[in-house]
Amino acid sequence: MPTKIEKDAYTGSDTTGHEWDGIRELNTPLPKWWVYTFYATILWAIGLFILYPAIPGLFSHSKGVLGWTTRDQVAEQMTAAQAAQAGFLDRINQASLEEIVGDNELFTVAQVGGKAAFADNCAPCHAPGGAGRPAFPVLADDDWLWGGTLPEISHTISFGVRADNDESRFSEMPAYDGVFSGQETADLAQYVLSLSRPGADLAAVERAAPLFEDNCVACHEVGGQGNRELGAPRLSDQIWLYADEESAIVSQINQPRHGKMPAWGERLNEATIKMLAVYVHSLGGGE
Amino acid sequence: MTDAAGATPRRAIPYDEDVVRLFVVATVFWGVAAFAVGLLIALQLAFPVLNLEYSFTTFGRLRPLHTSAAVFAFGGNALFATSLYVVQRTCRAPLFGGRALANFLFWGYQMFIVLAAIGYLVGATQSREYAEPEWYVDLWLTLVWVVYLIVFLGTLLRRREPHIYVANWFFLAFIVTVAVLHIVNNLAVPVSLTGTKSYSLFSGVQDALTQWWYGHNAVGFFLTAGFLGIMYYFIPKRADRPIYSYRLSVVHFWSLIFLYIWAGPHHLHFTALPDWAQTLGMAFSLMLWMPSWGGMINGLMTLSGAWHKLRTDPVLRFMVASVGFYGMSTFEGPVMSIRSVNALSHFTDWTIGHVHSGALGWVAFVSFGAIYHLVPKLWQRDELYSMKLVSVHFWIATVGIVLYVVAMWVSGILQGLMWRSYDELGFLQFSFVETVQAMHPFYVIRATGGALFLIGALIMVYNLWRTIRGDVRGEAPVSAFAAAAE
Repeated sequence: MPTKIEKDAYTGSDTTGHEWDGIRELNTPLPKWWVYTFYATILWAIGLFILYPAIPGLFSHSKGVLGWTTRDQVAEQMTAAQAAQAGFLDRINQASLEEIVGDNELFTVAQVGGKAAFADNCAPCHAPGGAGRPAFPVLADDDWLWGGTLPEISHTISFGVRADNDESRFSEMPAYDGVFSGQETADLAQYVLSLSRPGADLAAVERAAPLFEDNCVACHEVGGQGNRELGAPRLSDQIWLYADEESAIVSQINQPRHGKMPAWGERLNEATIKMLAVYVHSLGGGE
Repeated sequence: MTDAAGATPRRAIPYDEDVVRLFVVATVFWGVAAFAVGLLIALQLAFPVLNLEYSFTTFGRLRPLHTSAAVFAFGGNALFATSLYVVQRTCRAPLFGGRALANFLFWGYQMFIVLAAIGYLVGATQSREYAEPEWYVDLWLTLVWVVYLIVFLGTLLRRREPHIYVANWFFLAFIVTVAVLHIVNNLAVPVSLTGTKSYSLFSGVQDALTQWWYGHNAVGFFLTAGFLGIMYYFIPKRADRPIYSYRLSVVHFWSLIFLYIWAGPHHLHFTALPDWAQTLGMAFSLMLWMPSWGGMINGLMTLSGAWHKLRTDPVLRFMVASVGFYGMSTFEGPVMSIRSVNALSHFTDWTIGHVHSGALGWVAFVSFGAIYHLVPKLWQRDELYSMKLVSVHFWIATVGIVLYVVAMWVSGILQGLMWRSYDELGFLQFSFVETVQAMHPFYVIRATGGALFLIGALIMVYNLWRTIRGDVRGEAPVSAFAAAAE
């Protein structure tokens, strides 16, 4: 099709004279604001090339007039954040747990810092606020497996439960699978249930009493009062780590589950452990 | 001005429209699939129980299914349909390679989609975003793509017009660049010829940079250049007006092509990528603003003298709104590439909102417009079954996009601010899980927006189905404003 330049009636602009499937083009010049904004962004880019590391060479790259790097930026921000906390973190490092709780200012810091550390490290298992989940103990009540005083909590956090170190909290209930008959295990489960609530099968409880005395009392104490020294949970309350059904108790007698908690002393610094201990202690059940 | 001029020689050319019809049907089919999976995974984020506990129904498997279905199945088929239609019409030449190559293109591309989708569901993935398919799927796609290039180029070479129309520049740039991106980013060594697993040729930060060079240009050349090709044909055609500026199309084409390819590093701000590469990525992204907007100006200004048609033609409304969304997201993109803005936006839902204002507002809307225009032509119907339904589709989908994008802006900025907020004692104020909890209401709003978008698409399916059957719904023209004005 030959080139045939026409004038568009509506805009008054010339066409380029070409046509494709009925589509034509105007030869309108580039909009001025478009051109100048484009130039401005190019100038902006040149400014960036001058100010910041930008141009690669064979062995290195241009450093930029500002001497800015992302590494320096993060180091600066970390230093500033650490400096802002340094004063009170030093004091927390030096103070005993009791002194921290006794000092209004340090106690506030430990509460806030402990809450932040708890949210990042502990909440995935123990739930926000220490509300607990099945198999992960509630930390906001006064039922403690390993003790609820400040030093006891701090020790548990530092060394963990069944963790790989000598100081770790450790207990292991033997598996009674095959030791008791099925009937005996069921009776024992009724006995354990009867310790904390009415409605158990009294005949079963009576049958299981001697079994409980011979096998369980050594750790769980008379009446299932529990023993924190040994990490033997109290059986006479209605707080359950796994479940309060007979089947769950039977399975725990046959093949006990043993939860693990990491030794946080290997990962967190001393001040953070202290703040965590104070925070957990303050959740509701501290002794 | 009309098709009547030179009609006699044009009618004589045996355009291959069978393959275009197939691609149109596939576009609509995969579009609905992509939107439906998108809605499901949006609901999974709001209500995790919908992961359903099967490995193949978890978010991790379905997310790439959604993105690939949207980009490559829906978007890809739309590009095949329109590019093969446009190149024949604007070159006045039938497809090179005839029916055989055209059919291979269609079935070969659908096979790529199905192979990729099966891979996602069973967990065979390269873990490269938008390039998840494993080596055997990549090889197959390479073959299909080379045939696509041959068909397209061959048709261009056989053209009976002295010049190549601008839409075809964009389509060709899209085809060539996507081939280069696909091949380089997927260079990998299979563990065995009988297994699905492969290892990338790249590692560490080179791997990351290659991936985002690919990832960003998948957006740049697949979703931008390709769809600008659609815009450059269907808007002037539908508005029956000449393109606003030939000169602008030349300058913005070459500046877009030259600048886009360097912008990828802005996906890797504050990573192990060297600072100089990050600065370059940001600088090129900023310079990309005007070249991107060149397309918007040419699209919108082509309407001068035809704005009144928006009142009566909801199909044109789809196209014009798409250009508006295009302008919005190509402004937002450079802004988000600025390092200090990126420090807030990166890894948040803001990015998801940005992508969807482009994907739903630009890519899907311009495709809907093109499909509504094409279907009556391809099936030799005088008009669509119902313009009113097109209008209903337009408004439902627009409300859906606005809900989606605004919810993601708010939740993204909220998320970014929560992540970086410290209390006066220098401790992080929120744990990660608290920021996730804060997202919940926005996830519900986003899913609502997605549901509206899907409903709109289903209305389109019904409308197109009735159109193809040859039905016409007796209704007054869509012109509430026009009627009132008269």
